[in-house]
Amino acid sequence: MLAFLGRSLIQKIITLFFVSVISFLIIHLAPGEPSQIDPMNPKFTQEVLERFRKEFHLDKPLYVQYLYFYRDLLTGKSVSWKDNRPVLVKIYERFLNSLPLFILGTLITWTLSFPVGIPAAIRRGGVYDRSTTFLAYLLISIPGFFFAYMLIIFVVTRFHVPVIGMETFGVSSKGWHFLMDRVWHLLIPSILGAAGGIAVLSRYVRNQMLEVENQDYVRTARAKGLSADQVHYKHALRNALLPFVTMFGLVLPGLIGGSVIIESIFSWPGMGRMAYEAILSRDYPVILTVNFVSAILVLIGTFISDLLYMVVDPRIRL
Amino acid sequence: MMDLNEKNISAAPEGGVLETPKRTLLQENWILFRKNSLAMAGLVIFVLFFLIAVAGVFLTSGKDPIFDPALVRLQEKLRPPLSKPNLETLKPEEIPPFGIYLFGTDDLGRDVFVRMLQGSWVSLTVGFVAVGIAVVIGVFLGGIAGYYGNKRIRLGHLLCPIFLGVGFAGLVSGKTVVGLVLLLLGLGAGTVIGSRGDSRASQRVPVGLSVLFLNLFSVDVLITGLVDIMLCFPSFFLILTVVALLPASIYNIMIIIGLTSWMGATRFVRAEFLSLREQDFVTAARALGLSSRRIIFRHMVPNAMAPVLVSATIGIATAILTEAGLSFLGFGVPPPHATWGNILSNGKNFIFDAPWLTFVPGFAILVVVLAFNLFGEGLRDVLNPKLRERH
Repeated sequence: MLAFLGRSLIQKIITLFFVSVISFLIIHLAPGEPSQIDPMNPKFTQEVLERFRKEFHLDKPLYVQYLYFYRDLLTGKSVSWKDNRPVLVKIYERFLNSLPLFILGTLITWTLSFPVGIPAAIRRGGVYDRSTTFLAYLLISIPGFFFAYMLIIFVVTRFHVPVIGMETFGVSSKGWHFLMDRVWHLLIPSILGAAGGIAVLSRYVRNQMLEVENQDYVRTARAKGLSADQVHYKHALRNALLPFVTMFGLVLPGLIGGSVIIESIFSWPGMGRMAYEAILSRDYPVILTVNFVSAILVLIGTFISDLLYMVVDPRIRL
Repeated sequence: MMDLNEKNISAAPEGGVLETPKRTLLQENWILFRKNSLAMAGLVIFVLFFLIAVAGVFLTSGKDPIFDPALVRLQEKLRPPLSKPNLETLKPEEIPPFGIYLFGTDDLGRDVFVRMLQGSWVSLTVGFVAVGIAVVIGVFLGGIAGYYGNKRIRLGHLLCPIFLGVGFAGLVSGKTVVGLVLLLLGLGAGTVIGSRGDSRASQRVPVGLSVLFLNLFSVDVLITGLVDIMLCFPSFFLILTVVALLPASIYNIMIIIGLTSWMGATRFVRAEFLSLREQDFVTAARALGLSSRRIIFRHMVPNAMAPVLVSATIGIATAILTEAGLSFLGFGVPPPHATWGNILSNGKNFIFDAPWLTFVPGFAILVVVLAFNLFGEGLRDVLNPKLRERH
């Protein structure tokens, strides 16, 4: 157990190191420089440019820049090139905005996937199964931005509520009205974020359930005359749930992942949108830090899922 | 399927030898595949899309295209689908194909149908080229990891490319002496490590050089480590960053999507190779004295392709979606060229006045991506022997 923890920790630190090197190289070896982002600006004289490059160590060789950057990042001193604010503070603020979206989206995904997927497995090949299968493919295949606009048109014309942004400007800051305003603004992007997740997860639930229903012990349970409900929900479902426990760890990276498009459509001031804006303005510290943080989230996620797997399934000894 | 097997089995004792199956594997797969109506629909749409895209590139490109997607008719802007053009105000060469605006016109009076035709080629090529790159990298790395996985990487193997690379960089950046020395060192390390066989070699070289033969880790560790590293990047964000930094071009997008999506294929091929390596036909091939290259490419790769094929089909769908997302955010193909993503992106400004500008490209992307996904899942069912028995 301890050996596994240690080995896994060392492995993850090595991986993280290479991720940091590769993302640094990708950004710095690409043509163009942040000092040239706005060449038409008359305030950018040669002198200012030199000072700018000196200020952010852009005149040093790459490996020195690398050391400077990660030293600043790990000591919390690295600042955004755009507005000179500490990167970690900026990310933390945006993270707080993204969090409700992420939590609600994950909740919707996990609460809906099981009721959708389990009956599909039990009545395999039936009308319900086939229609949910098709629906799942539809949700996987629909481009997020297109779906977003369809939802916006529907909600705005049907319920006459504004949905862009985090809240409507000028709505009084307390009372029922305010609450409903926030809920509407939160709900639509969360549903969009959850749609793809529901499709994938419910398919996975169905397949997992089918796998278990074909096992011998389920046949035994049926043969000894248990009621259908007991067979499905007591014998089969419990064992089918096993792999999902480990998937809890894997939702973590979703905090940053696919929210770029949805957050830009809804003008949601979250992490994805911040990353997008940072890319547009070539704000290297922010881009690199977002990358670094999300790599850490992925590694923590896989670590948690490995651990959970070990706890849940006694057959696995890592 | 079942009765075919039974026939074969029952025929065996009578004739003394097993009869050859009446149908080839391909025919059998095809019969199975045809039963899956969703997957068949996917295949039909895929073929249609392919034909339309090929027709599109012939009709809309070149100096004097038959349908000009960039033709601006300001007097005919935002006409709804199926509306007739106002023939009095148009020059003869401005009249849309079939004398009707099939999908309407956009805010500059450009024919959306013709622009969709032009965009279909972009979607098709992005999907196929990106996935092609990913599959080639995946088969190559996965094959190496699966076949040569146990081989150790020695210090010299690492030092040689590092010295060569750094030395070359030194030469380019002007530090000639250091560069040359490093280049020579790299070459030296390369020749020492390359000239000796695998084992026993370290005893026969001088003490100083035996450092080069220090075992570090296995090839398998290197490649799975590489996959783990790549999986740490948030893929859409990484693609977005690189696309934004590089000059806008459709080829950059294809290459970048390809270079960031090979991990799945690598894992599949590696897993297949690990199990294939132990099978009798590979041992037989080795016993016949075939070269490793021939064993890998003629005997093992074809047997490892089934899961790769499935993931490639679904990968095409993902690549099309990614490209559409990039175009939607304003990256990618430079403006006058139409892609489905940027038609939709422009159209969103007129979402209440001209909803067809959003719905036509949106539905097109949806249908094509859905077709690829359904086709891929159908393939998976057919190629998966475990699921096959249940049907």
